[in-house]
Amino acid sequence: MSVTEYAEWSEAEPATAPASSAVTPADAADAARLVAFGLQPKLQPARDQEYADLLRRYREDPPFARLADAVATGLGLIVLEVSPRAGMAVTAAEDSVFAVRMGDYARRTSADGGDRFLHGLAHLAVAVMAFPRPEDLADDGYIGRVTVNGVDAFVRQTCHRLEEQAAEQGENTDPASDAPGLETAWRVWARRSATGATKDARRLAGSTTGIVAKAVTFLTDSGFLQRTGDDNGGTYRTTARYQLQVRDLAGSAALAELLELGVVPVTDGTPTLLPADSGEDLDLVADAGLPFHST
Amino acid sequence: MTSPASTDSAPPQLSAGPRPAQGPAADEGLARRLRALACTAPLHDLDARKANLAGEYSVYGMAEIALAAIDLVTLNMDFDTGADHDQIVARLIPRIAAQAPRRPAAEHERVARWVLENLINVGSVDRGFRAVYGVFGADGAYVRRDYDFKLIEEVPGPGGTVYLRTTDEAVNVLVGALDTDVTSAQIAAEVKLEVLISRGRLADAQLAAEQARYRTVQYSETLRRALDATRRNVRAVDWLAAVPDMIAEALDHVADRYRHENAILTNIRKARDESEEPEHKRRAAELVDIVKDCIRRHTQLQSRLLEAGPLFRAEQDRQAFATPASSSGTDLYGHLLAPLLPLPLEQAVRVTDTFFARGTGLRTPVSVRVADLVDILLTPPVEREHLGAEMPDPDLIATPDDNRFTEEQLAAATALLELPADAPRRLSGLLAEARCQDPELPYLVALLAVHAASPPVGTAYRQGERRLLFAVDDGVELDDPEFGGADLIVGTALLDAAGMAADRTEAA
Repeated sequence: MSVTEYAEWSEAEPATAPASSAVTPADAADAARLVAFGLQPKLQPARDQEYADLLRRYREDPPFARLADAVATGLGLIVLEVSPRAGMAVTAAEDSVFAVRMGDYARRTSADGGDRFLHGLAHLAVAVMAFPRPEDLADDGYIGRVTVNGVDAFVRQTCHRLEEQAAEQGENTDPASDAPGLETAWRVWARRSATGATKDARRLAGSTTGIVAKAVTFLTDSGFLQRTGDDNGGTYRTTARYQLQVRDLAGSAALAELLELGVVPVTDGTPTLLPADSGEDLDLVADAGLPFHST
Repeated sequence: MTSPASTDSAPPQLSAGPRPAQGPAADEGLARRLRALACTAPLHDLDARKANLAGEYSVYGMAEIALAAIDLVTLNMDFDTGADHDQIVARLIPRIAAQAPRRPAAEHERVARWVLENLINVGSVDRGFRAVYGVFGADGAYVRRDYDFKLIEEVPGPGGTVYLRTTDEAVNVLVGALDTDVTSAQIAAEVKLEVLISRGRLADAQLAAEQARYRTVQYSETLRRALDATRRNVRAVDWLAAVPDMIAEALDHVADRYRHENAILTNIRKARDESEEPEHKRRAAELVDIVKDCIRRHTQLQSRLLEAGPLFRAEQDRQAFATPASSSGTDLYGHLLAPLLPLPLEQAVRVTDTFFARGTGLRTPVSVRVADLVDILLTPPVEREHLGAEMPDPDLIATPDDNRFTEEQLAAATALLELPADAPRRLSGLLAEARCQDPELPYLVALLAVHAASPPVGTAYRQGERRLLFAVDDGVELDDPEFGGADLIVGTALLDAAGMAADRTEAA
């Protein structure tokens, strides 16, 4: 009895969507199948005929599209885009069973606020390096390239700039011993070692390159990056899904959080990574690949 | 009644008068000096802690070894990477061995590694040091602060290797007052060097030359960073004025220094060769090495400078001539990263957490059916083969010996060509003699003789050979039933092995 009830209920779920009367269980199965394809982010539509067919149906058959959207929403997913290039790009809504939690992602992060921050910052920095200019994030055809060492060098140099600025203003940025939470964020990255020799020649997990490497590996598993080589600690290129994720979700969410903290970044819409003023030295870090002059 | 009152009023007076700090300005200087002092602490610490090591290590001057290590790393910081860990250890060992010559070599190496690991501070998660110091803030409150620093840091090199670099703190505090204008300091050092050499004061000259090399390293370091960033993003740097100016300046610098240092090199070589005193000779020889190293670094710098222009043009094509995008996205750096980093950790972590939560995409949760679970739990663990899979025996096939000549024939031919230095012979005679021994042998002899017409002088020079087979054509035609051509004169030249060895060390 209970089994049949369950089956009925699970079939009824897509039917709750505002679908037209012509929806059949076969349509619902197809819609769910499309969402299931979307849940395999590394799968490319061009490589799978059935996936490509379902995508075409989504674009050509509006009731079917609404049905697929409803299935995704019911599962706790957000549909970012459905297109031949990105496939059924879905991502986890907050509190969804598909959401990634920091505690599962890396150990130590719950106990140590510093480590938690470093892992989060690594993800942000990878996005910044992948889409350095606003145009890059907006341009659907843009493919960003990142390297593990490049991301680390970039953040390090940005931190270095802030350190210099603080020194110029005569600030003492050394944190008070009894209030680690008040330490400025850049210092946490700056004082963590970039790399380190280990006994078994693996990357030191606690080093910043280790943390960045973990981030890009994770993003690669999420279908957001593709590994292209081993240079500079590993080189990667972005996928359409990553661009969508950063543009439509992560960027705006983090910006909202920042605004809530009362920090209003004031810019006039022009890119902030600009050539230095004349006279400024050209002391840039190798491999970082990005300018560090923001004023 | 008055006396208790006076004692009551005394403490506030005392505390108001000689307050330990006269405001934040005085304390800032103090803080700076405290930080400088903190940088030396790890070195003192080495000497204090050596007693805790298992074994008797008090003979070693750990601070001395540590300073030598920092010097070595600074000197070996290369254009591309840093200093190699093992190389530093190897170069430290002679000094350590000198401190305790009777101890075993393994112990010397252990000491070197211990010192180096402690300078990196391998035990801590940051791989750095932290010193706590207290200052009075602007509001008069006493605050304890953490000062984090590193002396030697590990940086990623190409191919996943790890290299060592000295930090600014280490260079500033421990190597010496290097925080000066690189160019002018370099010129000053070189002028000084020239004067010193012309007056024959080699001891001082060596000091100046070593300083010049420190500066050279610093200079190339600055340029390396600028060039790499230029290569990666055209918009990153000002290609209209700043970078071309800098490249022109650097090229001038290289050309200038190269001329200069070659002149110095000639001078020191002369000083070395003419000097009678062995100590002078040795010092001059060391100087030659140092200046040669400077020249090598300049050459490296120059090749980088020449790559910059073409790279810029290629990158410009790729980056700047793309069609501009219609709409604008979020400026991740300007809107997010830049405002985030100066925030206190407590607040910044909220933003990064949000980015992480929304930026990582999805994970499909693993779910297990009960039926599967039972199977999984009841399956005995697969026994892991300790030695791995068995290797199949390789199927070896004896390759046929397809050499044209046998070892014996080669030995015979070589013996035949072992000519005394003062008695060269005609090829025709050699061939005739060979034919008596073995009908195949003349071919080998002829082959060797033809090769000897262009003797491997370079190889012989490098390997320090004592004799070399040569052949000369004097125009006489070869009269032989099997071979045609010139009747070469084949002889042996004796080489001056000792002289060549001396030349080699100089060139190296």
